Amino acid sequence: MINQKAKQVIAEVVSNKKVGSYSHIVLAVNEISGFVRPGNFVSIAVGGANSSLVLRRAFAIYRSSIRGDGQGLLEIIVAQSGAGSRWLTEREIGDQVDLIAPLGTSFGIPTEPVNALLVGGGYGSAPLFALADLLKMRGCRNHMIIGAGTATKIFAPLEGKRSVHSLTITTDDGTAGRIGRVTDVIPEIIQANDIEIIYSCGPMAMLEAISKISQELEIMHQCSVEESMACGIGVCMTCVIPVRQAKIANDESDRVVMTRTCIEGPVINAADVVWTDSTEISEGVWGK
Amino acid sequence: MSFDFTTSITSSSFANPIFTASGCASSGQELSQFFSLQELGAIVTKSIMIKPRSGRATPRMAETPSGMLNSIGLQGPGIDIFLEKDLPWLHEYGAQVIVSIAGESIEDYAVLARKFRSVPGIYGLEVNISCPNVENRGQVFACNPVTAAAAIGAVKANIGGELPIIAKLSPDVTDIVEIARSVVDAGADGLALINTLLGMVIDTSTMRPKLSQKTGGLSGPAIRPVAVRAIYQVHASLPDIPIVGMGGVTNGRDAFELVLAGASAVSVGTATFGNPTAAITIRNQLEEICESHGFDALKDAIGFAHRPEGQEVGDV
Repeated sequence: MINQKAKQVIAEVVSNKKVGSYSHIVLAVNEISGFVRPGNFVSIAVGGANSSLVLRRAFAIYRSSIRGDGQGLLEIIVAQSGAGSRWLTEREIGDQVDLIAPLGTSFGIPTEPVNALLVGGGYGSAPLFALADLLKMRGCRNHMIIGAGTATKIFAPLEGKRSVHSLTITTDDGTAGRIGRVTDVIPEIIQANDIEIIYSCGPMAMLEAISKISQELEIMHQCSVEESMACGIGVCMTCVIPVRQAKIANDESDRVVMTRTCIEGPVINAADVVWTDSTEISEGVWGK
Repeated sequence: MSFDFTTSITSSSFANPIFTASGCASSGQELSQFFSLQELGAIVTKSIMIKPRSGRATPRMAETPSGMLNSIGLQGPGIDIFLEKDLPWLHEYGAQVIVSIAGESIEDYAVLARKFRSVPGIYGLEVNISCPNVENRGQVFACNPVTAAAAIGAVKANIGGELPIIAKLSPDVTDIVEIARSVVDAGADGLALINTLLGMVIDTSTMRPKLSQKTGGLSGPAIRPVAVRAIYQVHASLPDIPIVGMGGVTNGRDAFELVLAGASAVSVGTATFGNPTAAITIRNQLEEICESHGFDALKDAIGFAHRPEGQEVGDV
């Protein structure tokens, strides 16, 4: 089921600033900002009215808030990766963009205060800061790891650290933090801090590697997945990944269903994801 | 006198000629968050097969200039779950429904047609014989007049009653008129023109095809001239056969172009991915455009581009 709060809105660009390799864009919206939960995403039409870019671009929502004057705000972190994201990073204050939000699922929040580990890859860290704020309000103790290829690709704003007890940076080239991958430091951080839940957002290979650790140690793990997406609203069936779904009848075994990550994701229990980079689909996998 | 926007496909009539395109609206629920499905002439469901089907591996999508490639591979819940859940939801909502079906064999089409024999509240059966994303592209029924006719014949023999049969054809053929004639002779009441064109994108950084299954169906404004050509050619040869036109329609002008070529109805597909309310905007714009050209009824505009020489009209 599509996020019942999703609405199409014409938003105005309030701010657009460079942060390392990325652009931090703030958009003025209506009441939808009040319905955004950490993990939700926004889809934005790019290129203008006569553009040859026919599809929206999806971005994890970095923050959502309501300003003192009642104005709703949505913030996103954009990496320039093609013509569509470049167009967006070139927007100026006062420009309008057509967006749909909030879309998709959000991170589940534990009912009890727990020790949480939040792991982001590159700008995949963006939705984790709002999550950390919410977890802290619920009494959780948050540890964060952010990894990237190089220092400029680490998205870790100062104000983001207010809800984080410890922050560990890793880079492949050693230009910031520890040299190596996030998975090199996860086991020791789990052990030192009694981690009870892991949240992750980043490239699929990273999520899969974290998932191996979380399953081995039997730690609850929610990940925000990424698969190329055309519509973002559940109608095109392109952004599917194989996910184990609970059996419907008693005489059935659990089945694997190609699941739309735009409406039943992006946040999914990592243990339910069937991690694969195969170009073949196994026998017995269902559609929906 | 107000403009008559109604259209019909043989025995079924529709309040307006704008439909969703099969595979671009799922089974309606998601789009109902953005507009009332009753506002459209019809909701054409994704193509339903006999069994639940996973579809193809990902990546399934690549954006292209003014278009996109998809290689979904007919992912779906199968006919039983569709009849148990999706169709009742659409009926309860009050949407006017055209069901799309797809099979892997001639026998599949016969079985699917029998399943719909006694299902009330359907205004047409789109028979998708042209999906490019099946395992063996040689089995695309619509690429051969004999297999195309056999698939439609199997539906005709098993459906009974007056439910209009709409054959969905591929533009990837040498002579689409020949295929159109063969399916009409086999019992098709209408035609859906066009399905996607087979295409490929190679990622120049990985230096491999971008889609997991290498090829995909091209849709979007890039293919609109192909759709206009196919509709024009088929309407010229078979002027009494209603055509549901589709192919890159993004605004009212585009829909009007397909109507002028000979489409009695126009389906909106890829435009919905970019804008969930595209079909509603297109419907409103098409009505305005028809009126501004002085048409009293949509049916007077259908195939208007085919009128004899000498009946020129001025700019509006």
